[in-house]
Formats: sequence, structure tokens, C-alpha cells
Amino acid sequence: MTGWFDENLVSILNGFAIGSLLFILAVGLSIVFGMMDVLNLAHGAFFLTGSYLAVSFVAGGSWGGYVTALGIAALVGLLAGGALSGMTEPLARRPILDQALLTLGISLIVAEVLSIAYGNDVLSVPPPPGLTGSVSVAGNAYPVYRLMLIVVGLLLALVVWLVVEKTSVGALVRASVADRDMVSALGIDNRKVKFAVLGIGSMLATVAGVLAAPVYGARPGLDKTILILALVVVVIGGLGSVRGALIGALLIGQVESLGRALVPEIASFILFGTLALVLVVRPRGLFGSRKLAHG
Amino acid sequence: MSLPVGTPATPAAIASTTPPRTAERRTGRLLRVALPLVVLVVLAAVPLFVAPFGTSTLSRILIFALFAVSLDLLVGVTGLPSLGHAAYFGVGAYAAGLVAIHWTAEGVVPVLVAAAAGAVAAGATGWLAVRSGGVYFLMLTLAIGELVHQLAQSLASVTGGSNGLYGIPTVRIGGTPLTLPGYVYWFVLAVTGLGYLGLHLVASSPFGGVLRGIRDNEPRMRSLGYSPFRYKFAAFVIAGGFAGLAGGLFAAQVRLVTPSEAGFTTSALVLLAVILGGAGSLWGPILGAAVVVLVRDALGPDLDGHGPLLLGIVFVLAVYVLPRGFAGLRDLLRRRPSPGETP
Repeated sequence: MTGWFDENLVSILNGFAIGSLLFILAVGLSIVFGMMDVLNLAHGAFFLTGSYLAVSFVAGGSWGGYVTALGIAALVGLLAGGALSGMTEPLARRPILDQALLTLGISLIVAEVLSIAYGNDVLSVPPPPGLTGSVSVAGNAYPVYRLMLIVVGLLLALVVWLVVEKTSVGALVRASVADRDMVSALGIDNRKVKFAVLGIGSMLATVAGVLAAPVYGARPGLDKTILILALVVVVIGGLGSVRGALIGALLIGQVESLGRALVPEIASFILFGTLALVLVVRPRGLFGSRKLAHG
Repeated sequence: MSLPVGTPATPAAIASTTPPRTAERRTGRLLRVALPLVVLVVLAAVPLFVAPFGTSTLSRILIFALFAVSLDLLVGVTGLPSLGHAAYFGVGAYAAGLVAIHWTAEGVVPVLVAAAAGAVAAGATGWLAVRSGGVYFLMLTLAIGELVHQLAQSLASVTGGSNGLYGIPTVRIGGTPLTLPGYVYWFVLAVTGLGYLGLHLVASSPFGGVLRGIRDNEPRMRSLGYSPFRYKFAAFVIAGGFAGLAGGLFAAQVRLVTPSEAGFTTSALVLLAVILGGAGSLWGPILGAAVVVLVRDALGPDLDGHGPLLLGIVFVLAVYVLPRGFAGLRDLLRRRPSPGETP
């Protein structure tokens, strides 16, 4: 058992890195949907926007460029989420499908604009100086940057969890998920909450894109891969649940990483199998509430 | 549509009591039979007058239209918005390509195998997807589509990986290869025509009526004794089969199948065709498919291969401006004279 653990330690650590990234992505997607019934299919495109911003600013591999990329990505994400919030407003009374289609159209546009601007090649991004090497983890060489990614990802996850679960703003968000009309009746403008949550959710997506760029690079199609993984996490965890997003992200991170390392041919099947298994046992996801079933 | 309060009569009921409207209906019925025949004759005559490039573009439109109408059976008739319908199109295309390469390119054989493969793939994945509804269905089908896409890429020994499956032989009828684009076009026209007829019969059958009932009020259909799961599953398998049929035609016509045929962009574009044409009307998605293929294939090269950018913009505009598609436009036109006519 310990032998197996040692052999696959790198994959397990990779799984944690993917898992913490997925949590950052999925939590925005999950809360926005749970709260406002907006399924944001442009989430993956926002992530890829962050990755390409990293390509532009970290070209020299300096901390300045890295931090600039993070800052600009956060701003772009915030603005994009706010714009999206405004664009979905006229569709608020229409079926859920219409809003999903709107974000689908936006994701096509963003992906094509990125491919026009940056071409169709796979672009790589160097990690910031000081994080380029590897360290030995229990006898295995492991890149420092990925370790930092795990730490930063888990920290961000902790912050998001604390904000949503322990602060009054978080209580407002959770209350909006549970009963939007009641929150509205208490005199709180739903649109402002939606604006803020979509903005911050999209910001998390673009920031995750920058963080992930030194590991996964930037290429056309990455947006879809990431979107699918985040959606699987959200479905497994249950729409609207922060805890569900966290458990789902860690689970899918391990499934994805260990699956690709141990049985690369059928890794996709294992991912789908996990999804199928969870949905057969818990049709609303691990932590999904009954109310959202027909939301 | 502002009837006075208290009158139970619907416009249709009023129409049936007034004689001039009955005559109108008869011509309407005649039109409904005659129009498809006229369209069919015009389409059949196209290769005699149009250059080969136009003919092959029209073939692609017909194939994509059949694909879109098969999705409409799910989206418009059953109320299941699928974002992974390209999976079954791709499965059909690969199945037809493999049959044509390794076994026989004889006419309908690869195409029928493609339809069967599409239905089997839809059956294998649909049981999970139709358990859920609404946005869960959207996400699950998206995941299934991506799964098939990745599978097509990773099974390089069978599918040719990201290079695609190439070297698919030309279609043969009675042992003679169809070398002219015009003959291939007629073959495509015949099969898509039959496929469309099949989908039309499914949608207008009592079975199709139950599907509409499930779309409009699932709890009520359940309390009437229908099993929504079984009907939705059957609709999913049928739609998958027809998507596979379209995929088989695609393999026969383009003779190259790449993983992107099963991918997210294809799924998104076919959904765009359905939405643009008007979900629920079987003829609308045909027009939607024509627009999508024309923008992608005819305008795409001018845009340096970035046709999807234009389609994304069309998509966003369609959501705002044409919530019920081209079919909705027709209803608007039809309703406009009604204020003057109301009895």
C-alpha cells in the first residue's frame, strides 16, 4: 500500500493541484446557478482569457509580469461578469435555456477572438522566478510551482468558504440560493447580489486561468476541457453548495489525475463513470438541495 | 390574442364554424402536401444547373439539416435541450467511415450501420441523461459529448486520432462508385428526405403527442399513467439514431471524419440551427441549418476560418431578437391580420 502510494505520489499531488483549481472555478459557477438560475457556459472562456493574459504579461518570466497579469485578469473577470449580469437581465423572465444559450454564444465569440489574437498554437508560460525548479517530496521530484498552486488554491478555497459560510455577505448569498423571493421581500435588490456574485465568480475564473497558465499553458480548446470538468464538479457536488463544490473538486481532481496516470486510455470513462455513479445514488448531487430539482 | 374574457372559444374553434375559413384550411392542407413536393423537385434539379461547389455545399446543408431536425425532436418536441448531440453524429460518421473502409461502401449499408451505431450510443448514455431534467440534462449531455470527443482523439488506432479518419471510399450503388458530386448529392437528398419523413412521422404520431405532453406538463402525463422516463429515453434513442444517420451521410459526402465532428462546437452549432429556426417546428431547423452551414462554409474562408465568431454573434442576437426562431416569425406574420378579422 505504501509502495503504491509512493509510486503515485506525484499523481496524487497533481490531483490536489487540479482539484484546488477546479474548486475556484466551480464555486462561482455553482453559486451563480444556485442563486440566479444562470448557467454560465462562458466560464471556461473566462478561464482561458486569464491564461492568455498570463501569456502576454509573463513573457519575460518576472514577478512584476505575473502580478500584473493577476491584477488585470481580476479586473477583466470582474468587468466581464458584470457585463454578463447586465446582459442576462432582459432574459430574467425567459426560460433557463435562453440564458444558457446567451452564455454559449458569448463563449464561442470569446474563444474565437482569443484564437484570432493569439493563434492556434499551444503557448507555454514560465513560472515566476524562484518557483521554476523542483523540490523533493518524499523522494519524488515535484515542481515548486505546482506545490504553490496547491497552497494558493487551498487558501483561496478557504477564503471563499469562510466568506460564504461565516460572514453576513455570505449569509445573504446563501439566503438568495435558498429563497430568492424572500430575500427580495426583505428589501434587498436581487440584481445587485447577482451582479456581485457573477462578477466575483468570473473574476475567480480569470484568476484561476492565470494561476494555471504555467502548468497547462494556453491553447484553443482548453476552455471547453476546463468547463466540462467544472460542470462535472458542480453536478457531483450539487448546484448551489460550496461544500459540494469543494468535495466534488477534490474528488474529480484525483479521478482525473490518477486516471490519466494509471489508465490513460479509459480516463474519460472513469470520469464519466464517477459522474454516473454519483447521479444514480444521489440524483441531485452529493450536497444538492431538493428545491433546486426543478429550479 | 386578446379574446374577451368569458369566451371559451379558441381561434381554431371559431375558424371551423365559418365557411370561408374552411376553404382556407383546405388550401392550407393542399399547400402542406404540395410545398414539400415542390421543394423536393427543385432540390433534385439543382445539380443540373448549379456548379459542383454549390452542389456539395447544398449536400452539407441537407446533412446538417437532418442532424438539426433530429435534435429538434429532443429540444422542441420533448423539451430536452441537449448540448452533446454531436456525440451521436460523430459516432455515426466514424461507424460509416469504418464500415466503408474495412467492409463495403455499398450505398445504404454504411449509412444504416451509422444510424444503428448512433442509436446504440444514445441508448448507452441516454439512460443517465434523461433521468435528469432542465439544466442538469444540459450539463450531462455536454459531458457525454466531450467524452465521445476525447474518445475519438485517444483511440488513434481505430479513429486516426486528431488527424481524423481519412481515405473513406466513394459511395457505390450496385457496385458502381458515384464519382460525380451530382450523384452523391442525389444519394444524400434521397436519404435525408427519407430521414426527414421518418422524423416527421415520429413527431406527428401519438408517440410524438405524448412527448409534447411531457414537455408541457410532465407531472400530469405521469398521473395519466405514462412513464416519462421511457418516453424520453425512446425519444433520445430515436434522435441519436437519426443523428447517426446524418453522421453516416457526412462520412459518405466529405469522406473525412475528425474528432471535432463529435465535439462541443458542432453540438453548439446544431443547437444554434434549431434555436435560430425555431424549436418545435420541424421545418424551421432546416432553414437554421442552412444559415449555419452557409456562414461557416461560405463566409468562413473569407474570415480566415473564424466563421464561429460570426455564428457566436448570430447566436447572441438570436437569443434576444428571435426567441422563437424563424418559425416564430411566421406566426407573427400570420397573426398580424387577425385584429381586423376577429368576429
